[in-house]
Amino acid sequence: MPRSCCSILLALLVVIGESTRVLALTADELKPLAEDDFDAKSQALDHIIAAADATALRLLEAMEQENVVATSDDRVLIQKGDVLTDPIAGAPVALQASDVQPITLNNLLRARVASGLSGLKLQAPDHSVREKAINDLFLAPDPAAKPLIEAARRRETDPALKARLDQLWALTALQDPDASKRLQAVELIGQRKDPQMRSLLFPLVTKRTDGTYAETDEKVRAAATNALELMAFEQWKIEMIGTLFAGLSLGSILLLAALGLAITYGLIGVINMAHGEFLMIGAYATYVVQEFFRSHWPGTFDWYPLAAVPTSFLAAALAGFILERSVLRFLYGRPLETLLSTFGISLVLIQTVRMLFGAQNVEVSNPSWMSGGVGLMPNLILPFNRITIMVFALTVVGIAALVLNKTRLGLYIRATTQNRKMAACSGIPTWQVDSYAFAFGAGIAGLGGCALSQIGNVGPDLGQNYIIDSFMVVVLGGVGQLAGTIIGAMALGVISKVIEPFWGAVLAKIAVLVLIVLFIQKRPRGLFALKGRSVEV
Amino acid sequence: MAIAMVEPPPSLILPARQPILSPLSWRILISVVITVLALVPICTLLVPEQSPFHLSAYALTLVGKIMCYAIGALALDLVWGYCGILSLGHSLFFALGGYMMGMYLMRSIGLDGVYHNHLPDFMVFLDWKALPWYWHGTDHFVYAALLVILVPGLLAWIFGFFAFRSRVKGVYLSIITQALTFAAMLLFYRNETGFGGNNGFTDFKRILGFPIAAIGTRAGLFMITFATLVGGFLSCRYIVTSKLGRVITAVRDTESRLMFLGYNPLGYKLFVWTFSAVLCGIAGALYVPQVGIINPSEMSPGNSIEMAIWVAVGGRGTLIGPILGAFIVNEAKSFLTASLSDYWLFFLGAMFVIVPLWLPKGVVGVFQRLRNKQ
Repeated sequence: MPRSCCSILLALLVVIGESTRVLALTADELKPLAEDDFDAKSQALDHIIAAADATALRLLEAMEQENVVATSDDRVLIQKGDVLTDPIAGAPVALQASDVQPITLNNLLRARVASGLSGLKLQAPDHSVREKAINDLFLAPDPAAKPLIEAARRRETDPALKARLDQLWALTALQDPDASKRLQAVELIGQRKDPQMRSLLFPLVTKRTDGTYAETDEKVRAAATNALELMAFEQWKIEMIGTLFAGLSLGSILLLAALGLAITYGLIGVINMAHGEFLMIGAYATYVVQEFFRSHWPGTFDWYPLAAVPTSFLAAALAGFILERSVLRFLYGRPLETLLSTFGISLVLIQTVRMLFGAQNVEVSNPSWMSGGVGLMPNLILPFNRITIMVFALTVVGIAALVLNKTRLGLYIRATTQNRKMAACSGIPTWQVDSYAFAFGAGIAGLGGCALSQIGNVGPDLGQNYIIDSFMVVVLGGVGQLAGTIIGAMALGVISKVIEPFWGAVLAKIAVLVLIVLFIQKRPRGLFALKGRSVEV
Repeated sequence: MAIAMVEPPPSLILPARQPILSPLSWRILISVVITVLALVPICTLLVPEQSPFHLSAYALTLVGKIMCYAIGALALDLVWGYCGILSLGHSLFFALGGYMMGMYLMRSIGLDGVYHNHLPDFMVFLDWKALPWYWHGTDHFVYAALLVILVPGLLAWIFGFFAFRSRVKGVYLSIITQALTFAAMLLFYRNETGFGGNNGFTDFKRILGFPIAAIGTRAGLFMITFATLVGGFLSCRYIVTSKLGRVITAVRDTESRLMFLGYNPLGYKLFVWTFSAVLCGIAGALYVPQVGIINPSEMSPGNSIEMAIWVAVGGRGTLIGPILGAFIVNEAKSFLTASLSDYWLFFLGAMFVIVPLWLPKGVVGVFQRLRNKQ
């Protein structure tokens, strides 16, 4: 029985560490557990944890499962089904389950039982059990488990676990009477760089009401100050990375929303107010595909995005194509009227969706591989769905760049954007280019909607929230240049997220708007303007 | 050696100034004004309620409200139809004017509010102890009326200065005005802004000492609104028929050519833009006491765009068109939202598409075409 061998070994080590303790548990020491006094129970628990042998393990496990009972003459027994065993002898006793009462514990004692159990599990031969025990103790460190931790520290061979044990020990050793141990403890805590541990060190460097320090040793105080600074820096670093990540995540969504807008605006000089509704169409297409998978192929539900991505592209592209051919075509050269018409179309689309799917938001659930996140540091978890969307946005930009730069359609689009008349003179069918480019831009917005459905609500008003922001991206980035749109989107995302913690989301929006109005004073055509001879801005 | 005086070539003579209105139009306008000013007090105050000629408070309020919209549409037509600036921010100026008037109305509630406190109810509710600085003096009507003009005007001037200076125009400008409105709406939705947050201002009791719901007050407000509409129309006509109006029209048609001729469009655009914003603010200020409520949804971007459709339906660049458009669209709205509420948005959306496609000059354009055929 390896566990009891270990326990014996541990018991020996504890003998070396704290020779004053009485080791083997006696029935008298357990007796207080059966009484009503919680302080006495707590002391009995101290004895059990200090004993740290097979009996202790048995008892603690039984206490955790509330299987410890007492007879009327205060004899403590473990109950398993109908069989009652004596914890010290380990042998069954001839009593009925009706002869005993369960012993009661309060929450404090239950927490101590759990941490004591974790302490005992520190000696388990299984690596993962030890790791879990250490993690549990970090959550609820108990000074009573200190000897166990010290013992485990000395015999742990795995370097990663050893490092964590060292820090765990430091938590319990902060109150140690020996200043050198306290110093070591402070240094170990500092190395962990976990901002949550700051509260442990603060008492060491703050003055008490009478002006003296709670911590008497100069060196320990200096080390604590040092460690606190390290932690503050770490906290700042985490916040910075978190803000940057949130900003880039927002930026990649804006990018997906604005990319198509930049293409169509560059081409036909019209802000398509229904562009947001293409996002909405993409999101609802995703919803429909998801429902279809759920009802027809539930086994492959996790892979529905593979079908949803092309579907949302095609749905939005088709809507864009129809819109261009049936309405916008007849309004070229009248940009302001086009603006109004596209707004009307957006109203019609919203109302249509509202009547088809209801005014309430519909639920689009993440596939299981997109939930959860990667913990980069303690306190900093990057959700998988956001990371997926960032990767997705980059892929879409890559594809758009390929289409624009490597295909004939892309060449035509660029030529028509730069100079429509010259392009037409060179034999480019500009009216066809308009339709295809518009459909392409709408399709990209559909992809954006597909991505949005994974992180936010899907409702008829989805697109309304993005049209102004995506236009701001176009203003910032300039027209007809992918690089401009990328930088514009990312800059806008990061700036909004940097301002938000100080002023709140609403004022951040206003600040961004003011910044953009000031920005176009300097560069009216955005960061990356196409060079040309046209006098009109 | 006598130098023969050479007459300048005829093409350089400026044509005579257009009259503000043709004699026929003057006659029509004056008779309409006299009719309204005479009949409204009689029909509301003297005609008994059972009579079919009686004007109820409801009807007065409805028409008064639409007249406020018409003033707003008139203001929008001045910048859109004559200067080529499609503003999607006029609902902001409208609401700002309304809020300034609302501040006065809130203050004149006095101790009659729910909490019987000198502070407006929402401030008591938010546990504020004193008025914010920008509320000081708003209990004086004259000061509040000054704010109605100054606040939208100043905002428009500052925004216009930066926008026009960097030659932002066309759809660019439209969307930026929309973004401005949107941002302002978000700001007004916050309780901390000090304008009542979500709920805005409501529950007004009196204006200049008159009880606000009394039919006499209603008739008075109605006639003031009507007078403002007529005055606004005439002053807009005055502007567009002046020399300045010709420059503004040139800005609309080819701004770059105008600049090559040596004009700097900034001042002209800024003037007409600010004037339009002020007119719109006044419309908002007249709107609030009649409707009895002002809240941030009044400045939602959708409202601005609806204003643009009034202008488009009536016929832009005509000044009389937007007034007709405001009446046509809003009557249709009251009718459709009551009977077929689901389809109102379809109807509105269809108007946005159909009017630019088939009625580029609006209703007035249709009349003109009919007259030209005769």
